[in-house]
Amino acid sequence: MLIETKGLSKFYQHKDGLIEAVKEIDLGFKQGDFVTITGPSGSGKTTLLLLLAGLIRPTSGTIQFQNYKLHSASDNQLAGIRSKHIGFIMQNFSLIPYLTVLNNVLIPLSLNQNGESSNYDYAINLLEKVGLKDRMNHLPKELSAGQQQRVAIARALVNKPNLILADEPTGNLDPALAIEILEVLKQINIENQITIAMVTHSPTASEYGNIRVHINNGCIQEF
Amino acid sequence: MKIYKLVLIELWHRKSQLITALLAITLGIGVIVGIRSVAVVSEKAVAINLDNLGANILVLPQGTTIDNYYSADIDAPTFPEEFVEKIRTSTLSGVDNISPKLTRRIKLNNQSVVLTGILPSNEIAAKPTWQTSGLTGQALKATCDTSAANKSHGFEDTKLQRKPIESLQQNECIVGANIAKLLKLKQGDRIDILENDFTVFNVLEETGTIDDDRIFAHLHTVQKITGIENQVSVIEIMGCCNAISEGLLGKLRNILPDTKITTINQIVSTQIKTNQLMNKISIIFLIIILFVGGISIGNSIWANVNERKKELGTLRMIGFTKSKIYQILLMKAGILGVIGGILGYLVGTLSGVVLGPQLAGLNIQPIPIYLLWSVLLSILISLLGSIIPAYLAGKIEPYKIMQEA
Repeated sequence: MLIETKGLSKFYQHKDGLIEAVKEIDLGFKQGDFVTITGPSGSGKTTLLLLLAGLIRPTSGTIQFQNYKLHSASDNQLAGIRSKHIGFIMQNFSLIPYLTVLNNVLIPLSLNQNGESSNYDYAINLLEKVGLKDRMNHLPKELSAGQQQRVAIARALVNKPNLILADEPTGNLDPALAIEILEVLKQINIENQITIAMVTHSPTASEYGNIRVHINNGCIQEF
Repeated sequence: MKIYKLVLIELWHRKSQLITALLAITLGIGVIVGIRSVAVVSEKAVAINLDNLGANILVLPQGTTIDNYYSADIDAPTFPEEFVEKIRTSTLSGVDNISPKLTRRIKLNNQSVVLTGILPSNEIAAKPTWQTSGLTGQALKATCDTSAANKSHGFEDTKLQRKPIESLQQNECIVGANIAKLLKLKQGDRIDILENDFTVFNVLEETGTIDDDRIFAHLHTVQKITGIENQVSVIEIMGCCNAISEGLLGKLRNILPDTKITTINQIVSTQIKTNQLMNKISIIFLIIILFVGGISIGNSIWANVNERKKELGTLRMIGFTKSKIYQILLMKAGILGVIGGILGYLVGTLSGVVLGPQLAGLNIQPIPIYLLWSVLLSILISLLGSIIPAYLAGKIEPYKIMQEA
C-alpha cells in the first residue's frame, strides 16, 4: 500500500458541541490508483484529504504513507514529506500571483538542493506536457481558469510525487474545461503511475476513478 | 528558484507597499543621521567653547590649596619640573594640553605683581582667550578633538596669523592688561625685573581673569632669576571632560603620587553636563526612532502578511516549513533594512548638508561611517519590527486555504 489508514477519526470542538468530521475510517490505496472521493457538503471529504496530506492531525487512528507514520510525525517532517512526495491541486488553483507560470512550477523545488538548470529544464518539460510552454513567462492573471489549473497540475508534478491530492480541481471550471483537466489527470495517472486522490462533487469526475469512495457523515459508505 | 528571488519578486510586485515601507525606514534613519550629523558638529562647537574656559585640572604640590595657586605666595611650595615629562610620556588619553608654571610675587616699581614663568606654546594652547591677542598662529584646540578635525567644520580662528609664541626670548615678557595700565607699559618698552632687563613682547588685552594682574616670562628664565631652578608651582592640564569622568584624575595620581591633583569644578562640571545632555538628546531620539520605526515596519509587514495569507498558506501546503516562512519575511525585512538604511543615510546627510548652514549656521560634512551604522540600525529596526508578524505568519494553517473556494 502507498497510503493506508486505520481507525482514522477527526473531531472538532465547536460551541454547539463536538463535530465528528471523520469517523473510524479504514482505507488503503496502491501505487497507480485513481481514487475519487465523493459525498455531500460537510460529509468529511476535504477533512479526509487534509488528514492524508498531513495538514491536520487525526484525533485518533493511524496514517501510514510509504514508510512514514503521518499521525505521529513532527510538523517539519510532515512539511518534508509533502515537499518530496505529495503534489497538490486545489479548486482555487493556489498559484502565487506575482510569479510567472514557470516560477510557479519551480517554487516547490526551491526547497531541495538540485541543480537549478536541471530543475528549469524539467519544469519546461512539464509545461510542454500541459500545453503551456509558450505561456511560461506569463502571470497567472493573464491565463484562463483552465490554463491556471494546468499550471497547478505542472506544479504538483514537479517534485515527482508518488501521490497527488486534488480538492475539487474542476470545481471552478466549465464542463468542457473540466473534462480537459480530468483527461490530463488521467493521463498522468496512467503514464507516471502516480496515485491520485481527488475530492469531487461531480458525478462525471468521480467516474474517472478506478476506486470510488463515498463518504457521508464522516463514514465511508462505499469503497 | 531561490528563496531570495521569491522575496525580491514579491517586493517588486507590491510597489506601493515597498514604497511605504521604505519611506518609513528612510525617514526614521534620515532623522537619526541628520540629528547625529548636526550633533557631531555642535559637539565640536560646544567643545571649543568649553575649551575657552581654560584648564580644568591642576597639579599642585602636596599640601597646597587652590588659594596658594591664585595668590602665588612667595614661599608657596614647588615640585620638580620633570613631573611634566612624566605626564607627557605616560600616554594617558584625554590629556589635551599641559602647561607648567612657576609663580612668584615680586616688587616692580614698588608695585606688588605676580611673575609667572610659562612654557609659551603650551600656555597659549591652554588659554585660548590669549589667542585673540595675536600671540600665535595656532588654531584653537578643542578639548575632545584635534584642531585638524575642527578645521573641516569651519571653527578655525582665522585671525591667528601673527608671530608664534615659541619665539618668546629669555629677556622678553608679556604683560597683563591691568599691570600695563598701572605701570604705563606698552609693547617694546624695557623693564627691570629682579635686576634683569626685559623687553615687553606684548601687552595682553583685558581678559577679566587673574592674568590681567600678572607678568609672564619664559619658565626657565623665571626659574633662574628667582633661584628656583627646575621647579614649578603648578601644572595646568586641559583634560578631556569625558576622560575626567572616566577616571583621568586617578590615573594622574598614580603617575604623580607626591602631588595634589584637583579639578576646577565649575569648568569640569559644565563640560561634563553639556556632553551628557547632548548624548542624552541623541539617545532619546534614537529610542524614539527605534520605537516608531519598528512599529511602522511591523505594521507594514503585518499588512503584507494579511494580504499574503492565501499565498503563505499555499507555500506551507506544498512543503515550506514555518522556519522557511520566517526566513522569507525576515529576509524581506532585511532587504528593506539595507535599502532603507542607504536611502536614510543619503536623506539625512543631504538634509544636514543643505539645511545645516541655513538653519543653524553649521557647516555639516558627510560622515561616511554613518552609512554602515545606518544600514545596521535600519536592519535591526526592520528585523525587530518584523519578528511578531513573521511569528504570526508561521501560524497560518495551510488547510484553511484549501477550504476557500
